[in-house]
Amino acid sequence: METGSPQNAGTTGTAGDGPAEPVWTGLPPGLLRMRRLLLVVWLGLLALALGLLLGLLVGPGWAAFALLPLALTAWGWVLLGRNWRSWRYAERADDLLISRGVLWREETVVPYGRMQLVEVTSGPVERHFGLASVQLHTAAAATDATIPGLDPAEAERLRDRLTELGEARSAGL
Amino acid sequence: MTAPGVDDAVRAKEPATERRLHPVTPLRRAWAPVAVVIGWAMHDPGQAQQQMTRLTTTTLLVALAVLVPAASLYGFLTWWFTHFAVTETELRIRTGLLFRRTAHIRLERIQAVDVTQPLLARVAGVAKLKLDVVGTDKKDELSFLGEREARELRAELLARAAGFAPETAHEVGEAPVRELLRTPARDLAISVLLTGATWCSLAAALVVPPLLWLATHSVWTVLATGVPLLGAAGASSAGRFVGEYDWTVGESPDGLRIDHGLLDRTHETVPPGRVQTVRIVEPLLWRRRGWVRVELDVAGSSNSVLVPVAPRAVAESVVARVLPGVTVPPAEALSRPPGRAGRCLPVWWRGYGIAVTDTVFAARHGLLRRSLALVPHAKVQSVRLAQGPWKRLWRLADVHVDTGADKTVTARLRDAREAAELLRGQAERSRTGRRDARPDRWMAP
Repeated sequence: METGSPQNAGTTGTAGDGPAEPVWTGLPPGLLRMRRLLLVVWLGLLALALGLLLGLLVGPGWAAFALLPLALTAWGWVLLGRNWRSWRYAERADDLLISRGVLWREETVVPYGRMQLVEVTSGPVERHFGLASVQLHTAAAATDATIPGLDPAEAERLRDRLTELGEARSAGL
Repeated sequence: MTAPGVDDAVRAKEPATERRLHPVTPLRRAWAPVAVVIGWAMHDPGQAQQQMTRLTTTTLLVALAVLVPAASLYGFLTWWFTHFAVTETELRIRTGLLFRRTAHIRLERIQAVDVTQPLLARVAGVAKLKLDVVGTDKKDELSFLGEREARELRAELLARAAGFAPETAHEVGEAPVRELLRTPARDLAISVLLTGATWCSLAAALVVPPLLWLATHSVWTVLATGVPLLGAAGASSAGRFVGEYDWTVGESPDGLRIDHGLLDRTHETVPPGRVQTVRIVEPLLWRRRGWVRVELDVAGSSNSVLVPVAPRAVAESVVARVLPGVTVPPAEALSRPPGRAGRCLPVWWRGYGIAVTDTVFAARHGLLRRSLALVPHAKVQSVRLAQGPWKRLWRLADVHVDTGADKTVTARLRDAREAAELLRGQAERSRTGRRDARPDRWMAP
C-alpha cells in the first residue's frame, strides 16, 4: 500500500521521555511526480512564450531571458524534492504526528480524542494522478493538519482508522 | 413542558410545547423599516436633504400611513412565526415567514448562557437570552422574553444541560450564587484613567479634526473623521466604564456567573469546565498599584473579560475558582528563553516566559504590558512546533498550543531541544489531562 519510503528515521529532537520512537511514514512518490510535472509544464510554457515573444518582437539576443524560467525550473525541481522528502507522518498509539518543511519546519501533534472531523479530498488534477489528501479538523481552527498526496486507498485506510480511534477516545471541547 | 410520569419512550415522541416570545418583541422588530430610512439618510446626507425639502405635509402623512402599518405588520408577523421549545436534549428555535429556519441547539454543548437587558428592555421589563454554542450565529438568540421568564428558562436550560432528570429540571430553580468579587466603581474609574488607549483615543479625537479643518476647510471631511474618532474615544473611556460598572463575579453549581453594566445589564453564566484559556493582563500603568485584568476564552462566546480590574491576589483566587485545582505560576517560576533569543528578537525576548504545571500550560509575553496565558492541559486541541531558518541557526523554536476557542497560546523562542520535549510532553499531558475532566453534563450521576 505504502509505495513511499517508510523509513524508521529517528525523531528530530531528543524524545528520550517518549514511550517509543514513532514509526515515520513518508509520502508516496506520486505527489513529487505530479508537482514536478506541473512545474516543468508551466515554466516550460512560460519559457517558450517568453523566448518567442522577446525573440520576435525585440531581437534574438533578448530571447536569452527565456533561460530565466528554465533556471527557475531547475531550482524548483530540487526544492520540490527536498520539500517532498520532508513530509512525513506517524500514527502513534494516542496521537498523530505530522512533520514537514525544510527551511520553515513545522511539527504538529493531534491527539486522536480531539479530532472532530477527518476529510479526504482529491481535486481533478490529484485524481488524475491517483492521489488524495487527508485533512484533520479539531475544534481549533489553527490546527492545520493535512497530509497531501496519499494513495487513495491509504488515505481511506487512514481516515477510517483515525475516525475509529477518534470515536474510541472522543471528548467534547 | 412534558408531563411528569410519562415513560421515556412516549415522551421522546411527544412534541414539546412551543412558546412564543414576549409580546413586546413586535415593537422592536417594527423599528427595522424606520432604521432602514434613517440608514439611507445617513448614508447620503446631501440627497436626503434635497428630498426632505420636496416633501409636503400630505406626502409625509401618506408615507406615514403606509409605513407604520407595514412596519407593525412586519413586526407582528415575525413575532407570530417565531417559536421556541425546550426538549429533553435541545432548544429549538423556529423562525421565518417565507424562509423557514429551525435551529436545534444541543444542551450538553452549551458553552455559556447570557441574559442581557439593554436599557429600553429594562424599562419594558424584558430580557434577551442567548446560548453560546460553537457555531451558532446572531439569529439564535431569544429576544425578548419576560424578565422572570428569561431567568426561569436559563435555570431550566442549565439544569437540563447539567443532566438533572427532566421531571425535576423544571423545579430545580435557580442555583444559589456565592459572590467571589465585586469591582468598586472607584477602582474601575481609576483603571480606565490609567489605560493608555483611553488617552490616545481622546487625544486623537481632539487633535485630528482641527488639523483636518486647517488642511481641507471641508465640514463633511471633519465630521466624517471626527464623529467616529469621538465615538471611539467615548467607547474606550465612558463606554468601558458604563459597560464594566458593578462587575460581579459569582460562583454557583451552574457555573460561573458574571453580571455587569450600568445601563445595559448583562448576566452571563459559564457552566463548569467550559473555560478554554485564561489570560492575566498587567498594563504598565497598573503595575504600581498591583492591579491586573483577567480575560477568559469560552468557545463561541463574545465576552472575553472575567475581571476588569482587581488586585493580583484577588484575581488569582478567582482564577483558582474558575479553573479548579490551578494555581497561577508566580513570575519567578516562569522560565525565560535562553540568552541567544536576543538575536531573534532584541530586548522584547525578555518578556517571554513559560511554565508547565501538572494542570496548566502557562506562557507570558510582553515587556511593558505583560500578559500571562493559562491553558488547562485538558483543553489543548493540538500542539505545533515551528522553526524558521533564522531560529534554526540559533537553535530556537516556537511551540504553539491550540485551544477550542480558536485561541493559540505560544511559547516563543525556546531552546530547540526543550521545544521538542515540550511538544512531546504537552501532547501526552493534553491526552491524560482529559481523564479527570468533568463530563459535559456536569451534574450527571
